[in-house]
Amino acid sequence: MAEEATKTPKREKIPRQPMPEQEPKVRAKNFDEVPFGYSPETAMKEAERCLQCKKPSCVPGCPVGIDIPGFIKLIKEGEFTQSIRKLWEMNSLPAVCGRVCPQEIQCEGLCIVGKKGDPVAIGNLERFAADWERENGTGALPPKADPTGKKVAVVGSGPAGLTVAGDLIAKGHDVTVFEAFHKPGGVLLYGIPEFRLPKEIVAQEVNFLERLGVKVECNQVVGRTITVDELFEEGYDAVFVGVGAGLPTFLNVPGKNLIGIYSANEYLTRSNLMKAYRFPEYDTPIIRGKNVVTLGAGNVAMDSARTALRLGAEKSRIVYRRSRVEVPARSAEVHHAEEEGVEFFFLAAPTKFIGDDKGRVVGMECLKMELGEPDASGRRRPVAIDGSEFELECDLVIVAVGTGANPLLTRSTEGLELNKWGYIQVEEKTNKTTKKGVWAGGDIVTGSATVILAMGAGRIAANSIHDYLTWGW
Amino acid sequence: MFKIVHREEMSDGTVILNEIEALKIARKAKPGQFVILKANETGERIPLTMAETDPEKGTITIIYQVVGKSTALFKTLQVGDGYQDVIGPLGKPTHIQKLGKVVCVGGGTGIAVLHPITRALKEVGNHVICIIGARSKDLLILEDRMKAASHELLVCTDDGSYGHHGFVTDVLKEVLEREKIDQVVAIGPVPMMKFVSKMTKEYNVRTLVSLNPIMVDGTGMCGGCRVTVGGQTKFACVDGPEFDGHQVDYDELMLRLQAYCEDEKQCYEEFCIMDS
Ligand SMILES: Cc1cc2nc3c(=O)[nH]c(=O)nc-3n(C[C@H](O)[C@H](O)[C@H](O)COP(=O)(O)OP(=O)(O)OC[C@H]3O[C@@H](n4cnc5c(N)ncnc54)[C@H](O)[C@@H]3O)c2cc1C
Ligand code: SF4
Ligand code: FES
Repeated sequence: MAEEATKTPKREKIPRQPMPEQEPKVRAKNFDEVPFGYSPETAMKEAERCLQCKKPSCVPGCPVGIDIPGFIKLIKEGEFTQSIRKLWEMNSLPAVCGRVCPQEIQCEGLCIVGKKGDPVAIGNLERFAADWERENGTGALPPKADPTGKKVAVVGSGPAGLTVAGDLIAKGHDVTVFEAFHKPGGVLLYGIPEFRLPKEIVAQEVNFLERLGVKVECNQVVGRTITVDELFEEGYDAVFVGVGAGLPTFLNVPGKNLIGIYSANEYLTRSNLMKAYRFPEYDTPIIRGKNVVTLGAGNVAMDSARTALRLGAEKSRIVYRRSRVEVPARSAEVHHAEEEGVEFFFLAAPTKFIGDDKGRVVGMECLKMELGEPDASGRRRPVAIDGSEFELECDLVIVAVGTGANPLLTRSTEGLELNKWGYIQVEEKTNKTTKKGVWAGGDIVTGSATVILAMGAGRIAANSIHDYLTWGW
Repeated sequence: MFKIVHREEMSDGTVILNEIEALKIARKAKPGQFVILKANETGERIPLTMAETDPEKGTITIIYQVVGKSTALFKTLQVGDGYQDVIGPLGKPTHIQKLGKVVCVGGGTGIAVLHPITRALKEVGNHVICIIGARSKDLLILEDRMKAASHELLVCTDDGSYGHHGFVTDVLKEVLEREKIDQVVAIGPVPMMKFVSKMTKEYNVRTLVSLNPIMVDGTGMCGGCRVTVGGQTKFACVDGPEFDGHQVDYDELMLRLQAYCEDEKQCYEEFCIMDS
């Protein structure tokens, strides 16, 4: 195989290998994953494009510091199993990250090849290695240290929690994950839709941890079913809190509680976790709008607008108060959404929702915006233009304008210091909280961020927890 | 699996009692709190307030009315069967304190929810008057237990087949006219809570109601359960389920409860065809 790769045309001549995908018209009506993934041949060809830089500029862009040229070289050589091993050294969820990381502002954004042309498709290659291992690998478990006799409780089974669990089980600790929902995976499960991240993959990642010995207890709302202090009473030596940023934001305008106005959390949870897209085979219903407006332009908004198409919307529109340059979603998602027919209304914000006599939303009133001075986030603040009112008809509105810190756990735990927005304060180098024996990481510390940052935070905490269990606080 | 250890059919088989093994929840639960149940893999998450808990035995009791597909599915579960998922205890417990004279008003399966609260109010030393109502005699539930949990029990039926002929509000009015009441707790169908609150407002008596909006997670994460209380949006699953009855926007709640009416009908009809 390796020989074949070297026979390919001169490196500079190889174009970035496109990802084969479902046709936009077809996929906009189904929930199957959009990209099919690289074949081994395509992957090896793409891997050939990497210059194997001595001082790779891509690596500093990776929040967990994957040896990018290293794993790509192994793909180029056809050593796929070795390649996934290399990825696992730094990233325990490569099948997920290859699919959902914002590569264009991380590794690929810094790749030297990208200075002149298209960067190496690092994300696609990462995904390839992980998928290859899942489909063809031996499933052999990595080595595990001898049992230490220490017990760790991980609260929340999102990427932060899963990373902590994976790292600490490998170091010989006894790890139990407590998850509030009836299934583990966090946002990977209930937020990100099937067509972007098949739930089978999330289930397999969790299953892998379980095979390593991690115990996963679902239906455990920490703060209600059991408190953090009670976890210590039950004999846990350390607790990691990775409960995410699960508090929906609604717009405070008239009509905000009309039927047909969902938070993105509710809309996506109904569809993804409860499988409402398969109603009535599954019992959970979901409102299927014909004329849908999604507010916001992050990944969550793209996922919502694209889900709406798949649930039968004739029109799926995104209304965003800033302009195209400020769109925070991954570029691949915006591109996919546009291809599928999602329309964008930039520089507009709703001022009022209009309902019918049954309390159902039938439209909204908006104002046009213009960009003013930069705000705290460094982005130019949208300012309403007087007298620019216009109306949009819609029978379903999905509010995806961000989330806040859910206070359920933090309010029930004494000694946890929070910042003014309610996120948990941690010591940067260790992710220790102000409460002894408790660490935190992921969205509940940073606010809504990314999968890989949550995993990075988990890694830092896991190292610190290990030190603590070995040497003390 | 959360096993059903005891099951009763009440009210002509339209109301079902399940006692379920759920040790952790049973030890933690307080009056007024609820659980979310999911029968099987394809099931919906349904919130139900607990009617009873037994920390020693490690069981909780729920009483529900069969109204749609999900509760019809629950009804098929027999002793020895179980629920795939039970999550809780959720929501804030009722604030139980000694106030003096308290009236507890219950309608329909709301009586089940009211029962542990009534008992707790009596235990802390309140004089508890209880008013329960149903459409007719055979639909009335928990009469004996409510009698034991209160000092005075007043029963009424819409059709006059038992007790006072009329609505709970009629009886409540008599009580409010008769003596000074320090607090009213009203739990039942939304229109009942609405009219009780309207009346107690006239008499200036503090009133607690327990709301049952549509929920998904029960942890404050989706906002599906939002209700307007005193002009502010609250999440019933974490801020409630109990609220000041005088502040609740009942009309909005009634509309929001209808959100999936059509879907539910479809689902229920298909289930009934399959089941028969
Ligand atoms: C729709 C959507 C799309 C996204 N797309 C992308 C993307 O493309 N790329 C990307 O990098 N990032 C994306 N993100 C962001 C990313 O998913 C999050 O930043 C990341 O999942 C945060 O991980 P976490 O482990 O901190 O928390 P979460 O993934 O939120 O997991 C927290 C878990 O804790 C559980 N929990 C909460 N409270 C309790 C409690 N009291 N007791 C027990 N358990 C509790 C929750 O149920 C949940 O399972 C997206 C987010 C959403 C919502
Ligand atoms: S910067 Fe680009 S070319 Fe250089 S090692 Fe990284 S991926 Fe390869
Ligand atoms: S049920 Fe989701 S926030 Fe209350």
